[in-house]
Amino acid sequence: MKQHRKNRIYVILFIGISILISIFLVFSALQENINLFYSPTDLQNNPPMSDKSIRAGGLVKENSLIRDKDSLKIFFEITDLKNTVSVSYEGLLPDLFKENKGVVATGYFYPSANEFVAYEILAKHDENYVPKEVKKALE
Amino acid sequence: MNKLFSAIKLFYHKLGSYPWFYSISSKFLPISSVLALMIFGIGIVWGIFYSPSDATQGEIYRIIYMHVPAASVAQSIYFALATAGFVYIVWKMKMAGLFIKAMAPIGASFTLLALISGAIWGQPTWGTWWVWDARLTSTLVLLLFYLAIIGLYSSFDNKKSADQAVSILAMVGAINLPIIKKSVDWWNTLHQPSSIRVFEESSISSEMLYPLLVCILAFYLLVFVFGLMAIRAEIAKREMNKEWFKKIIIKND
Repeated sequence: MKQHRKNRIYVILFIGISILISIFLVFSALQENINLFYSPTDLQNNPPMSDKSIRAGGLVKENSLIRDKDSLKIFFEITDLKNTVSVSYEGLLPDLFKENKGVVATGYFYPSANEFVAYEILAKHDENYVPKEVKKALE
Repeated sequence: MNKLFSAIKLFYHKLGSYPWFYSISSKFLPISSVLALMIFGIGIVWGIFYSPSDATQGEIYRIIYMHVPAASVAQSIYFALATAGFVYIVWKMKMAGLFIKAMAPIGASFTLLALISGAIWGQPTWGTWWVWDARLTSTLVLLLFYLAIIGLYSSFDNKKSADQAVSILAMVGAINLPIIKKSVDWWNTLHQPSSIRVFEESSISSEMLYPLLVCILAFYLLVFVFGLMAIRAEIAKREMNKEWFKKIIIKND
């Protein structure tokens, strides 16, 4: 290979590596903020300020879902299988919202009561795609 | 070994020649178009009418047959652009610069298709059209890189400096590709991790996986066809007044 072409490759490598390093630094500084939501463990270990709206996510704990009879209010617990946090919410729910399924709630966290007051609920779909018949046969 | 290397080298030099590419692509174009449309038809019909519905999502999951292939080719095209950028900067191969110019709008279209189909799926399943999670945001950044390449190219009068500039931009943007790929593993995202796995069992049942793989193949073939057409159009635009091109036009008349 000719010398001037080699030089060009070196320059590209140099620029590429510097970009990689800077991106790495940016991401390690941002680590906290890139995560879409806090897990219950995160909430317990370093609770964020309660006057800021945040997202909490995990699985809806089995047998924790309580629906209010006279309103759209619901109560449930989010778990990451280590810690749990109780959530209250009033409003419509996405189709995929179910016990034992992933959920991301937006709202305010009150560390003293370990309670999360949500104003938006998003269902998180997992990566499993199974036909209805197969699922029935498995159960 | 040496023979293979010189064969590759010869192919590379031929690939850099506009007349060679123009004539060879006219032979490939009809057959690959037919093949792409056929496989696209098979994949879509199989996916939409003959695959089972999903146990939790019902019918809406069928958007996967558009969404996953579109997202896959969107990233692969960008990888090709970045490679072409490298070839252009190091070896000054004119064809590589032309390739970036021709392919960028195709890549942008498929990225947009992936974003829109994802939003349509997200509204009923997640409960929202859009959320600023790492996967969605990095895919939006991919679209912005494509648009930046298109915009940057058209801001130059001189083709040579345009090719040079977009080559560098294409290479810089490649850093986004591993971020898109790994975003669902590195961070908490609303977007689920990928269901198709190469080295272990996929988490999508095989009755749904096979039509999906056919759709992915179909999208790559479509990109091949669109790519040939776009590159030929760009060659025609750049070489309009050259002798070899006029000869072909006269011969075809």
